[in-house]
Amino acid sequence: MTRTLSAPVTVAFDYTRSTGPVVGRFLTGLRDGVVVGGRTSAGEVVVPPLEFDPVTHEPTTEFVEVGPGGTVTSWVWVPEPVKDQPFDRPFAFALVTLDGATRPFLHALDVSSPDEVSTGMRVRVRFAEERVGAITDIVFEPEIGEPAATTTLQTVDPVTGVIVPVSLDYLYAASPEESAFYRGLNEGRIVGQRCPTCQKVYVPPRSACPSDGTPTAEEVEVSQTGTITTFCIVNVPFLGQKITPPYVSAYVLLDGADIAVLHLILGVDAAEVRMGMRVKAVWKPEAEWTYSLENIDHFEPTGDPDADYDTYRHHL
Amino acid sequence: MRDVAVVGFAQRQMPEFDGSPTCVEMLVPLLAECYEQTGWTRRDIGFWCSGSSDYLAGRSFSFVSAVDAIGVIPPVNESHVEMDLAWAMYEAWLKIQTGEVDTALVYAFGKASAGVLRRTLGLQLEPYTMTPLWPDTVSLAGLQARAGIDAGVWDETAMAEVANRSLTDAEKNDWSIRKGGSSVEELLARPMYADPLRKHDCSPVTDGAAAIVLAAGDRARDVRETPAWISGLAHYIDPMGMGTRDLTRSPSAERAAAAVDLSGVEVAELHAPFSHQELVLRRELGLADDVRINPSGGALTSNPMFSAGGIRIGEVASRIWSSEVSKGVAHATSGPALQQNLLCVLGSTTEGTN
Repeated sequence: MTRTLSAPVTVAFDYTRSTGPVVGRFLTGLRDGVVVGGRTSAGEVVVPPLEFDPVTHEPTTEFVEVGPGGTVTSWVWVPEPVKDQPFDRPFAFALVTLDGATRPFLHALDVSSPDEVSTGMRVRVRFAEERVGAITDIVFEPEIGEPAATTTLQTVDPVTGVIVPVSLDYLYAASPEESAFYRGLNEGRIVGQRCPTCQKVYVPPRSACPSDGTPTAEEVEVSQTGTITTFCIVNVPFLGQKITPPYVSAYVLLDGADIAVLHLILGVDAAEVRMGMRVKAVWKPEAEWTYSLENIDHFEPTGDPDADYDTYRHHL
Repeated sequence: MRDVAVVGFAQRQMPEFDGSPTCVEMLVPLLAECYEQTGWTRRDIGFWCSGSSDYLAGRSFSFVSAVDAIGVIPPVNESHVEMDLAWAMYEAWLKIQTGEVDTALVYAFGKASAGVLRRTLGLQLEPYTMTPLWPDTVSLAGLQARAGIDAGVWDETAMAEVANRSLTDAEKNDWSIRKGGSSVEELLARPMYADPLRKHDCSPVTDGAAAIVLAAGDRARDVRETPAWISGLAHYIDPMGMGTRDLTRSPSAERAAAAVDLSGVEVAELHAPFSHQELVLRRELGLADDVRINPSGGALTSNPMFSAGGIRIGEVASRIWSSEVSKGVAHATSGPALQQNLLCVLGSTTEGTN
């Protein structure tokens, strides 16, 4: 058995970004089928155009059409492409100084072997058939044979924004203490860790006591019955919500634990839920258990008298 | 200016950490080592600063979880940078300079192996025209390496010499995760990976953490007979774009070198994750031929994200504590192809600290 439990996790977000007049001009050009550089006060033509002049710090206002041909000034072989790169098989990234530009521009070069690339070789921009006004509308290709016909457009509305999807894959591991917690849940038990210094029991467990920094050494099984220390009635729908509102989310301080766990309260009218109410874990059928706190379907009232305020006042 | 010294240092480096990306269970023993070295408890630390990134951890607020390793009752004076340990140390040095505190403990951590590091680092690039292409770290370094080869500034043999020396020195460093020098000929006979880079030209993906303890004046003298006094600290940045700077040079490293006094430096720990980058740095720092470069084996043999730069500082400091050298320089980098460069000059006396 490995020390820790782990699971694949993908963290993804589509970043929506406004472009401003300079990057917007460049991306509008790509959508229309031309590459646009920016002229600096020193007379350089830079692709993509710089938003501000590196010497005068004034906004770039002079734009120049460059390419589509150009010369490779440096390149690198990409033997094992990573997700979302311009090609999903080996290719080259290249720095290319486009005709009419003075500074090289980074993009992918469509070649199938490093033998097909060399510094100084001629390449050209290849425009995608369908273009949206993004850097991914183009790639470089060797200047061999006739270029494919590019539909140039004269669009009216400039590109003012881009959406950049970012999706990152991880193998996320739980700490050894969290792993014990999840293994316990898979067996129908709730397991915490006790701090040897202050004797507090953490559920879910922490690797170190957040109060004093001591490693939590001792594993402790806690009760499946506890006290609601605080709660809220959720009436507002939100993205990713799994339960139809209204429902009650509560902190449940399990007997024997010093930190409350957040869980769902059912089996009682939302208006009846109160601080101090005694509740017990209701588990899903054993066949559905996995390494998850969701093995506990919800908590419901035990029907016992409410806990005395003093029993949980230090845990609010 | 106050005299500030490095008085504690601890590190962990490994190919794959069998634990959570918050690294709490790695940080607890690391901090314990710092307490042991200084004779202090956590209550003696005036300021804390950590370096990490949620993009590396794959979860939000990983640095908040890491604070568990300190213990925060009573509350602590704490900060965070989404940068390497070296920059966390810079913030702590400034904090001590303000006079508000006399001591600081900085730490940094990262489980780079949890994701695809060379891809994740694409998020530090310009988001409109670079990140959507996902230019990985190795590719960007390869473009830089070839620019130097084509310009005749360095060649594959010089790169292999760096790798061979680093792999040889790494044999004496328990923390290095790649080690074993052979010969330049043998290294050059190995296959290309990301042409023009071979695998030994690229630092291995490394998990790890490190911590540095700083103290001012007599607090430092109380801890060590020969504290490693910081006589210079400088950080500069070049433009991010790969097309707008000469990739064979590093103006920001040159400016940082001009801002500190490197005369008499005996050892240099350079944070060069790719072999040719050491060649760039040696030139920009103007290091004499007799300066010992990366006796630890350097980042080329072990490069834990978020702590490898600070580890360079710890390695130089350790050599000053032991009186092996009396002056050394540590370098840390960040961003694509040596975009950002920080230099920290350390010495056995307070000469130059003002």
